[in-house]
Amino acid sequence: MIRYIIRRLLVAVLLLAIISLVTFGIFFLLPKLAGQSTDDLAARYLGREVTPEGLAGVKAKLGLDDPFLVRYWEFVQGMFVGQEYKFGTSITECPAPCLGYSYRTNEPVFDLLLDRAPVTFSIALGAAVLWLLAGVTIGVISALKRGSVFDRASMSAALAGVSLPMFFTGLVSIWLICRQLKLLPTPRYHEFLDNPATWAQALILPWITLAFLYAAMYARLTRAGMLETMGEDYIRTARAKGLPERTVITRHGLRSALTPIITIFGLDIGLLLGGAVITETTFSFAGLGQLMLQGITRSDLPVALGVTMATGLFVIVANLVVDILYAVADPRVRLA
Amino acid sequence: MARKNDKRDDEMRDGTSTAPAGPADSRPPSSFLEVRDLRIHFPTDDGLVKSVDGLSFQLERGKTLGIVGESGSGKSVTSLGILGLHNRRNARVSGEIWLDGQELVGASEEQVRRLRGRDMAMIFQDPLSSMHPFYTVGHQIIEAYRIHNDVTRKVARKHAIDMLGRVGIPRPDRRVDDYPHQFSGGMRQRAMIAMALSCDPELLIADEPTTALDVTVQAQILDLLRDLQREFNSAIIMITHDLGVVAELSDDILVMYGGRCVEYGTVDDVFHAPEHPYTWGLLGSMPRLDRERSERLLPIKGTPPSLINLPSGCAFNPRCAYAELNGGKSTEERPDLRDAAPGHRVACHLPAEKRRQIWNDEIAPKL
Amino acid sequence: MGDNVSTSDNPAPGPEETPPDAAASEKAASEGAAGAAAAAAPVKGTGRRGETLLEVEDLGKHFPVTQGIVFKRQVGAVKAVDGVSFSVRKGETLGLVGESGCGKTTTGRMIMRLLEPSFGKITFEGHDITHMSQRDMRPLRRDIQMIFQDPYSSLNPRQTVGSIVGAAFRLQGEQPRQGVRAAVQELLEMVGLSPEHYNRYPHEFSGGQRQRIGIARTLALRPKLIVADEPVSALDVSVQAQVVNLLEDLQDELDLTYVVIAHDLSVVRHISDRVAVMYLGKLVEIADRADLYERPMHPYTNALLSAVPIPDPSKREGRDRIRLQGDVPSPLDPPPACRFHTRCWKAQEICKQVEPPLQELSPGHMAACHFPENTTVSATDLVAKAAVAPGPAPGPADSPVGKD
Repeated sequence: MIRYIIRRLLVAVLLLAIISLVTFGIFFLLPKLAGQSTDDLAARYLGREVTPEGLAGVKAKLGLDDPFLVRYWEFVQGMFVGQEYKFGTSITECPAPCLGYSYRTNEPVFDLLLDRAPVTFSIALGAAVLWLLAGVTIGVISALKRGSVFDRASMSAALAGVSLPMFFTGLVSIWLICRQLKLLPTPRYHEFLDNPATWAQALILPWITLAFLYAAMYARLTRAGMLETMGEDYIRTARAKGLPERTVITRHGLRSALTPIITIFGLDIGLLLGGAVITETTFSFAGLGQLMLQGITRSDLPVALGVTMATGLFVIVANLVVDILYAVADPRVRLA
Repeated sequence: MARKNDKRDDEMRDGTSTAPAGPADSRPPSSFLEVRDLRIHFPTDDGLVKSVDGLSFQLERGKTLGIVGESGSGKSVTSLGILGLHNRRNARVSGEIWLDGQELVGASEEQVRRLRGRDMAMIFQDPLSSMHPFYTVGHQIIEAYRIHNDVTRKVARKHAIDMLGRVGIPRPDRRVDDYPHQFSGGMRQRAMIAMALSCDPELLIADEPTTALDVTVQAQILDLLRDLQREFNSAIIMITHDLGVVAELSDDILVMYGGRCVEYGTVDDVFHAPEHPYTWGLLGSMPRLDRERSERLLPIKGTPPSLINLPSGCAFNPRCAYAELNGGKSTEERPDLRDAAPGHRVACHLPAEKRRQIWNDEIAPKL
Repeated sequence: MGDNVSTSDNPAPGPEETPPDAAASEKAASEGAAGAAAAAAPVKGTGRRGETLLEVEDLGKHFPVTQGIVFKRQVGAVKAVDGVSFSVRKGETLGLVGESGCGKTTTGRMIMRLLEPSFGKITFEGHDITHMSQRDMRPLRRDIQMIFQDPYSSLNPRQTVGSIVGAAFRLQGEQPRQGVRAAVQELLEMVGLSPEHYNRYPHEFSGGQRQRIGIARTLALRPKLIVADEPVSALDVSVQAQVVNLLEDLQDELDLTYVVIAHDLSVVRHISDRVAVMYLGKLVEIADRADLYERPMHPYTNALLSAVPIPDPSKREGRDRIRLQGDVPSPLDPPPACRFHTRCWKAQEICKQVEPPLQELSPGHMAACHFPENTTVSATDLVAKAAVAPGPAPGPADSPVGKD
């Protein structure tokens, strides 16, 4: 098991390295492909007062004229040990997880991320927990009571859930719950550390909005998986041993039915972030999505690069967790 | 057995005179296991599937009953029915199953569940798919033991290791923590047997226990079952399509066709003086290593019937080479199971002398 | 090992084959008489059909086992088949038996060229087809056909019986004289189905009937060789016999040659003229049917035969049983020297050190064992012979002997 985890960890690190290299490469090449010289980039950084000295200084400070590998190496170095930017005589110290500075606002990209990422990740993680719980529960009950009213009703609702887009359910829920029924205040993001209660209250609608879509899908998946598992030979064996039906369902049936769900969940994590971005936009939260959009529309490359790295890290870490969970669930994986 | 074998067939057609005591009689029997007029029907969209339709037999401790049949004959449905494993929502079970003086068909699900694993246990055809892939072999045995015995995990684990050793698994103290996929096919079936026997059940049902195994491993498993039966004095129901396996292990044989018993008798009766044309067909279909090689096999024509649409009269009549000898009787009337000799019953319209003559003159010499 | 194969039993070489060299002729002269006498008896039909149709020499298939995520490195090989040699004569049936993992199916698939052999040589009608490209194989495909075990998964459920059976004509671009439909209906009749079944779908048929459809498909192009992999093991007992009889009738009618791969020793005895027994990727014994079943030489063959349950309760007691211990070892790491020594009750030191070559111990009867049974050849002779046994096969021309 430990060997398996170490192996997965190594793979994760390797993947991160590749992602950083590829995204860095893309953002390095992009301006060139767009026909922008390094002078243009430096000019954008300088803002209004463009002087030849200024341009040269910025280019030297940001290393815009350095070859690709040198710049990549500095970028990597910045992440681990920090980086120093020299501009004339002034030295800007960028401490350890350094992802550079925004060309536009001159803020450290890492601080920007630190500010925005919790919003998006809160939406994503909360929704994931919600949809897993709801989806699996509904799916299991539907499977066990196949053909019942509950089964048919929940599967119809699931069909609706799958077909409604998030911005629609999001806006409808704001209008209905906050404006008409006034059950909740209009959501505004609050820091978790400031007050978990207000954090949760603010996020409950986004969670439901995002989870509704996936819970529907997962309910259907779980139902199908559970129906298949309950027809397996080992379920018959479990019953033949005299196990009470409840134990048969939970320990033998659900255990197997959940493993493919875990796998699919791993694949959905990437989509989940995309969903979270749409959700935060629907609810006008300032999250990573907005930041990314700003970075791209304003050609603020360090910001765009930083957001990509952050989401990449999230997906890889989440997948690592899923892989480990999977190995815990299915011994054949870890022993293979 | 005390049934009259006269010509009043129509009176008896529904009453299936197979049971020694009629279906109305529900006194506890003297046998250890007695099945009376067992019917297991499944209502489906296409019609009522009568998987088992009026089956009766009895079995004593320490004895083995072989149930032989092809796919769709109802043999596996019977075994699951005895264990009460059919979902009561979609299966209609009627008749009586008496296990050691206790009736099971009318008992509550909870009562039957308590007996499962403890008093009656089952081993299945494919030991790989029959064991949960995510739990160790030890865990699964321990689980089986602890449902019925109030012991600590430690005691149960010791018992599991002990059982694994008894079924011939080397180094059981280490193998106990292995997963089923780490076992070979033969070892897996041994583990399955260990699990079934962990609570020392008096009735063991083995459903095609060696079909998925290689022939040398099959021989080992059959030996093991024979030895364990001697040790535990359990009653065994051996369900198989392989007449060789039955001949090796059984005391009595029940031949099933289309959900009903067509021949029932001791192993010597059925192999040496078989009475039913289907049994003849089975014997003629299999190439045999213990005889001179026959130039041609004597197959049964056609294919096993669908249970949804059983042929009228004798279910075997479309495939029977001797159906015409009875005029139209075979297609019109279902033959009852009657004594051909004491303890040897057969469901066939052919007159007894005719059957004996066909067997002696036509079938036996060609086998 | 090719030189050890089917020596005296082997008929005259096919027209394309090179004539035997001097050494082989000499050998032939000395053994020819006995060989011819022994071999004449078991071949059925209209006397001997001389030609060798299929020749397999030192054939092997190793599946590499790899480890690693980005860089795969080979950590071992599953030696599924590890050097088997045999030949099949025109019109005969060779049975290939053994337990799971012995390599019989892999061998069949290599003959069909569904798997690329790792080493060795396959000769069909004098053509070396071992590494022939798919395109060059195409004309030969019609000559070599396969019957599969599972009649349920080997037929496309969305195609009618007519198009399944007729596909062979399409693929080979052949127009039968009487038209595809009539040709297919003729085939259906030949395998005992009704021509009206032409427009039905596979799911409308029972297992036995599906197997007949599969057989009709293989017969479409009038193949010379049919490799049947467990042709009856998925069928009900009563239906098995029908298919076995059908295969035999078709053989007589169409002059077919079969390689039947099966685990059921009774079925193999019934259907085969000669039988080869495999264990862990090796051929351990090959002989005429009667010889093999009445006088098995290899202990493994003995054990196999002894393990078959006999459908006769009166023989239940007092039967001389040989019970092998344990399971077949993993082909990933097979025992050295004689692969059977870990389970063999006759094994001695030499079995763990020297691999016994496949030797002809009596005319037409070959076994790979240091201590064979049912033979007068003493073990020590064999050991001495084994010690001086030549290396790998010099070639196929070495073996043909005894023309009659």
